[in-house]
Amino acid sequence: MSLIRLAGIERVFHLGDSTVHALNRLDVAIESGEYVAIMGPSGSGKSTLLNLLGLLDRPDAGSYHLEGRDVTTLSPDEQAAVRSRRIGFVFQSFHLVPRLTAAENVALPMMLAGIPAAERTQRVAQALKDFGLDRRADHRPDQLSGGQRQRVAIARATIMQPAVLLADEPTGNLDRATGDDVINLLEALNQRGMTLIVVTHDQKIGSRARRQLMMEDGELRHDSLRDGALPAA
Amino acid sequence: MRSADILRFARDAATGYPLRTSLSVLAMAIGVAAVVVLTALGDGARRYVVEQFSALGSNLVIVLPGRSATGGFSPANAVTTTPRDLTVDDAFALTRQPSVRRVAPLAVGNSEINANGRLREVVVAGTTSTYLDIRSFNMAQGAFLPEADWNRGAPVAVIGSKIKQEIFGAAPAVGELVRLGDRRLRIVGVLKSVGQGLGMNTDEVVFVPVSVAQNMFNSNTLFRVLIEARSRGEIEAVKQEAAAVLKARHGGEEDITVITQDAVLATFDKLLRALTAAVAGIAAISLAVAGILVMNVMLVAVTQRTGEIGLLKALGARGATIRNAFMAEAAMLSLVGAFTGYGLGLLGAFVLRRMYPVFPAYPPDWAVIAALGTALGTGLLFGIMPARRAARLDPVQALMKH
Repeated sequence: MSLIRLAGIERVFHLGDSTVHALNRLDVAIESGEYVAIMGPSGSGKSTLLNLLGLLDRPDAGSYHLEGRDVTTLSPDEQAAVRSRRIGFVFQSFHLVPRLTAAENVALPMMLAGIPAAERTQRVAQALKDFGLDRRADHRPDQLSGGQRQRVAIARATIMQPAVLLADEPTGNLDRATGDDVINLLEALNQRGMTLIVVTHDQKIGSRARRQLMMEDGELRHDSLRDGALPAA
Repeated sequence: MRSADILRFARDAATGYPLRTSLSVLAMAIGVAAVVVLTALGDGARRYVVEQFSALGSNLVIVLPGRSATGGFSPANAVTTTPRDLTVDDAFALTRQPSVRRVAPLAVGNSEINANGRLREVVVAGTTSTYLDIRSFNMAQGAFLPEADWNRGAPVAVIGSKIKQEIFGAAPAVGELVRLGDRRLRIVGVLKSVGQGLGMNTDEVVFVPVSVAQNMFNSNTLFRVLIEARSRGEIEAVKQEAAAVLKARHGGEEDITVITQDAVLATFDKLLRALTAAVAGIAAISLAVAGILVMNVMLVAVTQRTGEIGLLKALGARGATIRNAFMAEAAMLSLVGAFTGYGLGLLGAFVLRRMYPVFPAYPPDWAVIAALGTALGTGLLFGIMPARRAARLDPVQALMKH
C-alpha cells in the first residue's frame, strides 16, 4: 500500500473568463520513506500539488488516498485532524509566529491538538535539543538567524511525528551554506524513515532527492522512478 | 485545543499588539465609565431629592387649597366654582383629630425686610410654633415663634441664617427691631441653616405668626397646612380625617387636595429613576460605539494575522478553534476595557462626591451590571464577525500573505 496515491487529480482555477488547469489528470504514488523532489518552472502546478498533498486545497476531480484512506471526501474538521497528526509543513518564509518564542512556536501544533502542557514542555525540550536549539528556546523569531528560524520551523513540523513532511522551497530565503545545513537536516530526518517531499526550482537541491517529479503546465512530464534519471540540465 | 490554551493564546495575541489593544480597551473603558458616572449623577440627583423630602419631617401630610383631580359632575360643582379659602380656623380644626399629632398652617408671600440700614427682598412665611417640630428645624439663636392664639400673633419674627448673615453680619440679631413691609417686628430667633425644602430656601425666609402674615398680605387663605401624623401607619387615617373635616367645614365640597409626602416622594423617585435610565441609555450608545471599535480592531487583527491564521490551519487548527481564539481575544479586550472603565467610573463618582459633598453620586447596582454586561455583550457580538471571517479564510490564500 502506497503512503500517498493520487489518481486522476484535477485542479482548475477560474481567472475571469479563462480557466487554468493547474493540475491535469495527475496520477502519482509515493511510498513511505521516499525522498521526492517536485520540480518545475513557476506556474507549473508544483505548489498546487503540494497544497493538495497537505490537504490545504481540494481537487476538482480525482482521488487522494493517504495511508490507504480517501482523504478528499473528509469534512474540513477531519482534514484538519489529518493535517495535525499526519502532515508536517516547512515553508519558504518559515511562517513562525513573531510574538511567540522558539519553544512556543515548536509547541504550537501540540497545543492545537490539545496535548497537555506538561507533555508539551517535555517534548519541546527534547526537540529543541535534537535540533541544536536548546539555548535559543526563549528567543523570539526576530532574535534568530535565518537558519535557526528554519530549524525551529522543521522542529515544529516534526513535533507531531507526521507520516509525511512537505517542504515548500525550504532554502529559498537562505544563503547557500545555511540552505545546505537545512537540506542536510531534512535528509537526516528522511534517513530515519520520514517521507520527505520537497518542492524546489533549484536543480542542485532537486537532484539530491532519490526521485524527481518534473511538472510542466499542470502535468507530470518526468518521473525519475518511471522514466529513469533526469538528463543533467 | 484546550480552553486554557485558547485563553493564553488570545492573551498573547492581544498583548502582542499593545497600541491596537490599548486603544480598543480605552474605547470600551470610556463607554463603561460614561455609564457609571452618568448614572451616578442621575441616581445621585434622585437620592438628593429623596433626602430633601425626608428632611421635611417624617409622617407629613400636606393640605393644599383647591382640588387638583377632576371629580365627576355634581350639582354642587355646577353651583359654586370658586373654592373656599383654606383658613386658619380650618387648620385649627384639624388639631382635634385623633391621628393628628401637630398641625402648622402656612401662609406665604413676598415682602421687604429693612433693618440695620439694609433692605432685602424676602419670602415671608406665616405659621405657628408647631412648624419648628413638624419640619424638624433647629434654632441657631433665640427661640422660634411663641405659642399663642393662632389668630392673634405677637409682632415677632424668626429669620433664616442667610438673612441674618446678610443684614446683621456677625452682630447679634435676636432682640433687634426690623421693618417687614409696613410692620415693625422684633426678632426672637435665628434658624440653623438647612437649605432647600418645600420649594423654598428656608435660609432666606422670615417666619412670622400666621395672623401677622395674613394681615400683611390682606388674605385669609393659607398656602398649605402641614399635618404630622402620630405614626407612619396613621398617615392614611390623617389623610381621610383631614379630607372629611374640611369637607364638612366647606359645606360638603371637596375643594382641597391632601397629599402625603410618600406620594410626592414616589413621584419624584419615579421621575428621577426614569431620568437616570434615559441618561444610562444615552451613555450606552458609547458602549455600542466601543463595540464597533472592537469589531474594527478585530477585523484589522484578522487582516494583519492572515498569514498566522493560514499557518494555524496548516498545523491542524480546526475552523472552530480559530474562531474561538479570536472570540476570546475580543472578549478579553471588552472585559479588560469594561473593568478599567468601571474603575474609572468609580473614580469619577468619587471625585464628584468630593467636589459636591451634598450630592450622593453613587452608581446604582443595576447600571453597573448593565454596563459591564453590555460591554461584554457588544464585545462578543462584534467579535463574531471578524472571528468567523478568520475561521473561513482559505489556508492556501492565507499562507501566501506573510
